[in-house]
Amino acid sequence: MTNDLLAALVPALPLVGAIILASLRRKLSANVAGGLATAMIAGAFVCSILLFQGFDAATGGRTVKLLDWISIGSMEIPLALRIDALSLTMMLIVTGIGSLIHLYSIGYMHDDERAPTFFAQLNLFSFAMLMLVMGSNFLITFIGWEGVGLCSYLLIGFWYKTPEYNYAARKAFVMNRIGDVGMVLAMVLLFQRFGTLEYATIMNVASGVNDPLMIAATLFLFIGATGKSAQLPLFTWLPDAMAGPTPVSALIHAATMVTAGIFLIVRSSVLFELAPFTQDIILWIGTATALLAASIGLFQNDIKKVLAYSTVSQLGYMFVALGLGSYSAAMFHVTTHAFFKALLFLGAGSVIHALGGEQDIRKMGGLKGHIKITFITFFIGTIAISGLPLMSGFFSKDLIMAFAFQRSPVLFALLLIGALMTTFYMFRLLFLVFYGKYRGNAHPHESPLTMTIPLMVLAVLSVVGGLLNLPHLFGGHEAMKHFLATAADGIRFEHLELSHATEWILMGITTMLVCVMIYIAYGRFAQKATLEGNEADMPFFKRLIAQRWRFDELYRALFEKPYGWLSTNLFSIAEQKVMVPIMNGVGEAAISLGNVVRKVQTGNASFHLLAMLVGLIAFLIITLMSN
Amino acid sequence: MEEGIITAIRVVPLDHYVLLSFLLFSIGAAGVVFRRNTIIILMCIEMMFNSVNLLLAAFSAHHSDPRAQVFVFFIMLVAAAEVTVGLSILVMMKRNVDSVDVNQLNRLKG
Amino acid sequence: MLALFYLFAAISVISALIVVSARKPVNSVIALVVCFLSIAGHYVLLNAQFLAMVHVIVYTGAIMVLFLFVIMLLNLNKATEPMKSLGMRVAAITGGALLFITLAAAIRQGVHIESANPFDAGVGLVRTVGHVLFTEFLLPFEVSSVLFLSAIVGVVMLAKKEKHQPEAPVEPLTEAERARRTA
Repeated sequence: MTNDLLAALVPALPLVGAIILASLRRKLSANVAGGLATAMIAGAFVCSILLFQGFDAATGGRTVKLLDWISIGSMEIPLALRIDALSLTMMLIVTGIGSLIHLYSIGYMHDDERAPTFFAQLNLFSFAMLMLVMGSNFLITFIGWEGVGLCSYLLIGFWYKTPEYNYAARKAFVMNRIGDVGMVLAMVLLFQRFGTLEYATIMNVASGVNDPLMIAATLFLFIGATGKSAQLPLFTWLPDAMAGPTPVSALIHAATMVTAGIFLIVRSSVLFELAPFTQDIILWIGTATALLAASIGLFQNDIKKVLAYSTVSQLGYMFVALGLGSYSAAMFHVTTHAFFKALLFLGAGSVIHALGGEQDIRKMGGLKGHIKITFITFFIGTIAISGLPLMSGFFSKDLIMAFAFQRSPVLFALLLIGALMTTFYMFRLLFLVFYGKYRGNAHPHESPLTMTIPLMVLAVLSVVGGLLNLPHLFGGHEAMKHFLATAADGIRFEHLELSHATEWILMGITTMLVCVMIYIAYGRFAQKATLEGNEADMPFFKRLIAQRWRFDELYRALFEKPYGWLSTNLFSIAEQKVMVPIMNGVGEAAISLGNVVRKVQTGNASFHLLAMLVGLIAFLIITLMSN
Repeated sequence: MEEGIITAIRVVPLDHYVLLSFLLFSIGAAGVVFRRNTIIILMCIEMMFNSVNLLLAAFSAHHSDPRAQVFVFFIMLVAAAEVTVGLSILVMMKRNVDSVDVNQLNRLKG
Repeated sequence: MLALFYLFAAISVISALIVVSARKPVNSVIALVVCFLSIAGHYVLLNAQFLAMVHVIVYTGAIMVLFLFVIMLLNLNKATEPMKSLGMRVAAITGGALLFITLAAAIRQGVHIESANPFDAGVGLVRTVGHVLFTEFLLPFEVSSVLFLSAIVGVVMLAKKEKHQPEAPVEPLTEAERARRTA
């Protein structure tokens, strides 16, 4: 019973916070609002920890039914929360990292006049995200799914006075909607097939079912996931989403919301196991996204854009893991990525804060002496994402790469190239920002404590995060994998069957090449600070990459242009030549008819009285005749 | 007397009352159109009211149902209210256009 | 008894015709009073005592006096009323006749009452009607007071002498406005 209450409190606290903040947003000061929001999400974090402690993995998990929601005929959709290993993992990530980012936002947003609104939306986001991960059926998840989409839209466009930011917000919203259509279709298919949307029931019934419907349903689910998790072909919104305040980028567009797609696939892993075709598609889309995004990241000059493309690329790795059927590896990477990417974004935010809003890395440099804490934590984040040995990213990424090697060496090679690119652009970023000479003209200052404490906590987590799932190779026993395996709907695991020697060799190759990349990057950027020049002067291929493979232009040509053409023609032909004359004709007909009929209204009272008498007689005669 | 009245109800056929009331109603209706003096038109309307009252009372007596007479009573109430309002409108009309000719009321033209 | 009915009927029809045709409004009022009195006679014949009394008091006593007062106060008793056009008069007479013929045609086979109640000559007594009025129709009876209240308020509003405001001088229509109105 207590546990049920705790479970309900986890999403309820941020919701209450959001409601209070939204209604009092004109009265509260930025610090009070921030404190309240942080307290709410921290409360949810404490509840999550208590739940985690009281959770008995052996039971597999349970459902907390809060109330009946939809009950029509045989359709029963309760408002229920699922507490199992998977949702607990996500809850801890969302509330834990969420708390740190709320705390950080107090410092980051302290002089923004709409700070209370910001915190209300941040809390609302936390609520929606928690509903997403805790829902016991697809519909509850979908509520959260739409909720986080809405909050993402609101927060990207938070500084709504800049038109481009609004454009970015709309772009994110529309792209997410494309994915949502997939999710809705998947829900419809599953409901039609199984008559319920409860995860537990579907997963139990589904095992052993083998029909084409599974492929369709999983493909639609995957389309939903590509929208939310920014995979090909729907990834272009995420880099633009950096228009939002940096804590938002960290929380929503790096650590939590974008992993919703991965969560969804892990949640319905049973279905995906029944559709190997979909798994292959996920695998290749993930690989393509990882490589493409990493290549774009090489030439970006905006500190947040580099991190954004890095996020897309890392999400690609997670999808590769999903495609390989190694769900625990994907979740492991979700966790470690949440640590170090949140750290990197918050570090970037701290840099931007220090420079008074500057985001162009060409105007940075030499900052390591000015903002020491930011530098050290950012450095840790960089080596963690690059996968230097014993860092959290090392374990999680190597696990995925090992699974990839088990499937095919070519896949491993591709992912290795992606990883090397990651290392290169991350160290390019690090060196250009913190080494060499300062190229800007602001006066860098270290951020306040509310901002540096989250950085330090996240730095520690980025270092030790690997212990969560320490492989046998290093004397661990893959704790997270075994924990996740208890989730009731049976997350299946592909066992890693490589010999220890092979694993050592793979790790060795990777580490060696990563070190080489760091050395090259050091030479190019730390010692000389090679800056990218004008895009027009670049060779063709490089320019293509720097212009993001021209995806935006491609979509414009493929969708926007034809749509615009269609609209223009519909307007000039269908509307102007057909609809307008018809509508005007109706109006004019009514007017001329009225001109004729109004002559009857002479306004003479006697005439009207006579007309009344005639009408009465006519009425009586008709009545008599009909009898 | 009592006996006489009771026989009257039986002796006079209902048709007679109906025809009488129709006649009065028709005269009233014709008068409404015939005259231009608004006050006479109001009187004709009163006459039409009364023909209906008479009809209701006749049916009530022949039906032995007192409810119709209650309705007559209500019609009288409404008629009284209607007359007061109608006459005050007439006064207004006289004051504003200095005439009670119904043909002066021609502002309803559409 | 039948003779009494025909007498009253003749009086009421003749006086009704006088109401419509009299030149002077006062003559019309007097004729209408006569008409109403004869209708009261009909009520008596029907043993509708309550109605007969109320009718005399309300119609003859109150309403018709009100008519007389208005005629007197507004000095309307001049037989200056211009006649309506011939067409209108013909239309009125034809309309009235047609109405009567139509109505009469409706009952040409006679009216036959098959009463659900046993014959009771006492339905029109004050006691009976009063009983029905204050039990079955209590609510409408009370609500009718609201009607009277609104009638009173309306009459006071209408009859109150308006403060004589000089009317705003009518500005000549602009060319555009005139075009808009004629269009």
